[in-house]
Amino acid sequence: MSTLTPQPVLLGRSGLVFLGVVLGAAVLVPLLNLATSPDSALHVPTYVVSLLGKYLTYALLALSVDLIWGYVGILSLGHGAFFALGGYAMGMYLMRQIGPRGVYGDPVLPDFMVFLNWKELPWFWHGFDLFPFAALMVLLAPGILALVFGWFAFRSRVTGVYLSIITQAMTFALLLAFFRNDMGFGGNNGLTDFKDILGFNIQADGTRLVLFVLSALALALGYVLCRFLVRSHFGKVLIAIRDAETRVRFTGYRAENYKLVAFVVSAMLAGIAGALYVPQVGIINPGEFSPANSIEIIVWVAVGGRGTLIGAALGAVLVNYAKTYFTSGLLAPYWLFMLGGLFVAVTLFLPKGIVGTFYEWRDRRASATPADGGLPEPKPAE
Amino acid sequence: MISRGLLRRLGGVLFLALGLLTAAATLPRPALAQGAAPDISAPLAQLATDKYDDTEAALGALSVSGSPAAAGIVAALADGRLMYSPATKQVLIKTPEGGLTDAATGQPVAEAPPGLKAVRVNNRIRRAIEAASGTLALVDADPAKRLAAASAVMRSRDEAALPALDAALAKESDARVKSALTLARASILIGKAGVPDAERIAAIATVGGEGNQDALAVLRSVPADASPAVKQAAQGAIAGIERSLAIWAVGQNVWYGVSLGSVLLLAAIGLAITFGVMGVINMAHGEMVMLGAYVTFVVQEAIRTYNPALFDASLLIAIPVAFLFTGLIGVVIERTVIRFLYGRALETLLATWGISLILQQAIRTMFGPTNREVGAPSWMSGAFELGQLSITYGRLWIIVFAMLVFVALLATLRLTRIGLEMRAVTQNRRMAASMGIRTNWVDAMTFGLGSGIAGIAGVALSQIDNVSPNLGQSYIIDSFLVVVFGGVGNLWGTLVGAMSLGIANKMLEPYAGAVLGKIALLVIVILFIQKRPRGLFALKGRAIEA
Repeated sequence: MSTLTPQPVLLGRSGLVFLGVVLGAAVLVPLLNLATSPDSALHVPTYVVSLLGKYLTYALLALSVDLIWGYVGILSLGHGAFFALGGYAMGMYLMRQIGPRGVYGDPVLPDFMVFLNWKELPWFWHGFDLFPFAALMVLLAPGILALVFGWFAFRSRVTGVYLSIITQAMTFALLLAFFRNDMGFGGNNGLTDFKDILGFNIQADGTRLVLFVLSALALALGYVLCRFLVRSHFGKVLIAIRDAETRVRFTGYRAENYKLVAFVVSAMLAGIAGALYVPQVGIINPGEFSPANSIEIIVWVAVGGRGTLIGAALGAVLVNYAKTYFTSGLLAPYWLFMLGGLFVAVTLFLPKGIVGTFYEWRDRRASATPADGGLPEPKPAE
Repeated sequence: MISRGLLRRLGGVLFLALGLLTAAATLPRPALAQGAAPDISAPLAQLATDKYDDTEAALGALSVSGSPAAAGIVAALADGRLMYSPATKQVLIKTPEGGLTDAATGQPVAEAPPGLKAVRVNNRIRRAIEAASGTLALVDADPAKRLAAASAVMRSRDEAALPALDAALAKESDARVKSALTLARASILIGKAGVPDAERIAAIATVGGEGNQDALAVLRSVPADASPAVKQAAQGAIAGIERSLAIWAVGQNVWYGVSLGSVLLLAAIGLAITFGVMGVINMAHGEMVMLGAYVTFVVQEAIRTYNPALFDASLLIAIPVAFLFTGLIGVVIERTVIRFLYGRALETLLATWGISLILQQAIRTMFGPTNREVGAPSWMSGAFELGQLSITYGRLWIIVFAMLVFVALLATLRLTRIGLEMRAVTQNRRMAASMGIRTNWVDAMTFGLGSGIAGIAGVALSQIDNVSPNLGQSYIIDSFLVVVFGGVGNLWGTLVGAMSLGIANKMLEPYAGAVLGKIALLVIVILFIQKRPRGLFALKGRAIEA
């Protein structure tokens, strides 16, 4: 069969469909926003564009979690921390762009520092007025934290539940730290009141469309990167670690190094997602570090299907669409019942998630070669 | 209880006066006043002139007269119930009930003299009244009041009180009061001008032996013109006190640490069963604690409505109710959800997190999002002193309770049949099943036990935390850290883990502040897990993972 219709090795059919949808949205949504009149049934209002942009950053975040949970078996309960760090790096750049237009009109210090009676910029705020530096920090801040944390944890062979608990402790410690005013990150209120990004008004419709398109591109590139990683020899080792870590180690692989690379890449992807998220929602505050947020990411992945990449992105969009839909209006008090019920139902009745179940159904129908390029079935990581 | 409430509401002097009055009216005369009653006719005559100068002088004379009637007279003056007749120069006290008694003898007066007027009081007289009642309290019949008066004098170091102190010292028989009086006298002597060096150094030694903050303040008040010998003695005494205070401060932190540790233990011990023994990452554990707290609230409401007399027993009633209720909820959760997920630990995390959201929202829907008031029974309020430590009964009971729960749980697992079956099933499920143990039933009971214990913890935590739907969330991370730190599957590990984290937290707090201390602790635990990935007391075995 493979001699007749060679499988596209990197992407597979569903991967191409996914990329087509994401990139199609990147073209179609701005087009519908600009080219249709506001009365038209096809018109996409700007606030919806921003909302969709937010979903796409969540999808990228879910993708980063799926890379380590679905393929390495690392259940991180602290991935929200990497997302928030990327967001804070971007937020600091945006704060510096406000310049003298703040409430207190200080040319250098952000409003909250003037309010705290600080006289000069803390050292770690220097450089954030330059976009390239901030962009670098979006990658480095989460990346270095993941490197240090992962280096300690994987070298000591902290696995499974223990790793999950300490990642949760990590994000909880950061939550407490960022709540402090003395940390110099705006305390409880976080960073907000942004004006410009790269000289463009952050509120302007055009800027929002561009941010949406960038989010879609980032998601598409992130997907291709993850897909490339998991399809490579490197990815095969990751999957082997997920299924039998000790055996991999006995075969002569340095499992901890493989895990560390995957963890750092995943943290950087989460950081990028956070950096794209902040200008679209206009605020970043310590709440993003809360352990509950990180657990919610896990649910997106579980709903969509862990170890499928596409499923993670799909789950993030679906759950967040449901959240937006149900938390406004009459059903608002029941949203938590639904979310909680969803957690339970997915783990009980849909352990492979939506996409995983779909693959299973498709494979059973084909019942010949594994259609999607022969990835082993995801298995529990215990 | 009533007197404590009164004390808060009334000024100290007024209260003292009222107390003295009732005591004077109801009790036999105190030992102090035995023998011939001193003559107080001169001050009484001064009072009858109703001139401010005379009144002030009369107060001074009365306060050192030693007469049993003096306290009543001063109290009556403070309340504006001291009457005099300008015609007969008689001084009378109007009782709160409206009758009249003779100020000197305390005998009821049947017929009021004509033109009775109240002795006038201005601010100067009020200050004199305060001083006089303070002095009179030094010779009060109640030793507790004499003690309070002596320490008040020590804090004020009012030189004018010296004669009264001397008089009181001469009569005092109670050892504790006597040492307090000596201390007060020494405090005055240290700061008083013209005291010989030898006497002053003796006084410094007396005060230095006390070793609390008050003594430190007294010793720092040594006048600048005192001789070098006196100053040196004072310096030495101050250094000694500061050393002992530092030790007490450590003791205080340890005590707070043990108290926090027992709270952590209560919160974590149920999790040590569901997570530690069964391997379920039970994110709904915090909500079981929260349900226990709400059970306490409901029980208290029921008691308030139907039988307020039982209020002091409300917590004791709530304990079994909370255990049964949350235990039942736990069994239902185990039978409907958890049992399908054994062996998939990370997925139990998702499902139980979902359950926790549902439970929180259910409570929010039923009881509202705001805090609910859970009252403290009388035996849990108040405090006592232990050396320089102030120990509140609330903290003490929670520590005792945590230990009782721990011992009870340990005994259940070690000594009972169901405990044996629980351990058998968790160690080797198939073998246990082959021996005829109904493993399904044991699973349900184990999860129910862990949940029930969490509910009991909720009863205790309702006393120290806000009873709101979010109560559980604030404990869940700490609970997991305690169990993981102590070593999964080991109850003793949980005990040691809770106590070490509690004490470490309180020891860090003075140096780093509450938030930074907590952050430092989280980092320490994360690093510790690197060192010992299986916790403090890891179960030994030859199995390797995966």
